[in-house]
Amino acid sequence: MDFLGAHAPDLLPGNRPLPPLQGAIEAPHGTTIVAAAFPGGVVLAGDRRATMGNVIAQRDIEKVFPADEYSAVGIAGTAGLAIEMVKLFQLELEHFEKVEGAQLSLEGKANRLSTMIRSNLGMAMQGLAVVPLFAGFDLDREKGRIFSYDVTGGRSEEHGFAATGSGSVFARSALKKLFREDFTEHQAATAVVQALYDAADDDSATGGPDMARRIYPIVTVITDEGFKKLTDAEVSEIARAVHEHRLEQPDGPRAALL
Amino acid sequence: MSTPFYVSPQQAMADRAEYARKGIARGRSVVVLQYTDGVVFVAENPSRALHKVSEIYDRIAFAAVGKYNEFENLRIGGVRYADLRGYTYDREDVTARGLANVYAQTLGTIFSSAAEKPYEVELIVAEVGSAPEDDQIYRLPHDGSIVDEHGSVAVGGNADQISSYLDQRHRDGMTLAEALKLAVESLSRDNNGGERTLTAEQLEVATLDRTRPQQRKFKRILGRQLSRLLEETGAEEPAAGAEADAGTSGTPAEDAGGKGAGGAKGSGGKGAKGKDDTEGEPPL
Repeated sequence: MDFLGAHAPDLLPGNRPLPPLQGAIEAPHGTTIVAAAFPGGVVLAGDRRATMGNVIAQRDIEKVFPADEYSAVGIAGTAGLAIEMVKLFQLELEHFEKVEGAQLSLEGKANRLSTMIRSNLGMAMQGLAVVPLFAGFDLDREKGRIFSYDVTGGRSEEHGFAATGSGSVFARSALKKLFREDFTEHQAATAVVQALYDAADDDSATGGPDMARRIYPIVTVITDEGFKKLTDAEVSEIARAVHEHRLEQPDGPRAALL
Repeated sequence: MSTPFYVSPQQAMADRAEYARKGIARGRSVVVLQYTDGVVFVAENPSRALHKVSEIYDRIAFAAVGKYNEFENLRIGGVRYADLRGYTYDREDVTARGLANVYAQTLGTIFSSAAEKPYEVELIVAEVGSAPEDDQIYRLPHDGSIVDEHGSVAVGGNADQISSYLDQRHRDGMTLAEALKLAVESLSRDNNGGERTLTAEQLEVATLDRTRPQQRKFKRILGRQLSRLLEETGAEEPAAGAEADAGTSGTPAEDAGGKGAGGAKGSGGKGAKGKDDTEGEPPL
């Protein structure tokens, strides 16, 4: 954001002096984010755990945010930096829309996020990385699209599904076996909750659905009607259904062998 | 060596004010009215792309008349001010009062600086509150003064006449359709007492709607929705219905105005008088 850079550069995340090198800094880290596309939209979901070393720093953190009306961003990595990056990203999209009188294209939004991640590279090298997953509904192509990033700001479009964060390996593998091209919105939401369950199963930094405290994953849906966050009641219904089946089959649904 | 003429400060200021007022008077008017769910902005604006009414922030909107490049400059400045403030502190901390103060400073400085020509603009900054009593409307004339308004405001070419018309008829708790009808009636009156017909295509309408579930309360009312709202009000009164018919036939603005006025009020032909005021670049 040029204006902010010229007038108050200290507010931009990339312009801070780097802390002196003395090992990794202990700060809360967000963990797993998954996304899955379905005909007519895309689902983006995240677990609720933030960890600081081996300590659970927060069990009800929210890591999926609307970027604007037709896109959302889920963040893995250093929570403080990531949340501020999202705040600035939201501001930029809104500012552009108001000044220009038109929304940025989905590609434009994805590219802008890429630049913001790259500006954080210095911090990332010291262990304070931010790696988001960006999903949105492309109004021109009329479909949901997913973009994943690496710490250097490298951007790649994912087809079908994607995951980021410490539990992403497990989540992506689970989603790979569950994903179908012809998912309905509800099926896609169930698939991402299953994937998060599998990630929590194998990754200590990812939190599963917390039945006792009623803390469930954040599940958001973006369609041609815009961004929508599923209510607690809707997510709890999905999470409870998944949990019920896992009581019978702890490893989740079995995929066909051939 | 030439001796510069002495011009008294009073005269210099009066000349500048006169210059700015003339520039503003050439443009079409904007009216802003409070209604039960918020604030409605209605402008006569044939352009779809160049807006006279725009969003500034969650609960704040901006309306302007005069020279487009000058008020567009102020609008972008306002959006930057609001976004920077909201990012630095919190979205709650962006207020219409703060924004109006910034505009007043800017306009006042430009107006009294001898090196620059005064801005030929008049602005309205409005903020919608959680209840009608909390709504705020500020009018900012070209010289940088601030006027705190309630109920209804008009700025632009025919502002005095429109204001008095609105003052007499505006009441608290109007519905959107009623407020819109009153706004369109006030805008379609000519300064010489005649009436023109304004169709949906010639109007720019936006609201700050406190009932909107989103954080951003600003909404443009366009196309079908606008025609429907205009018709809703037209159905109550046969005369207004006839105006809507004239509009749908696609007759050019001035013509339709002349005919409509001739039929309804018997003051035909005078609708075209508006043309004489518009000299120079197309005003907004």
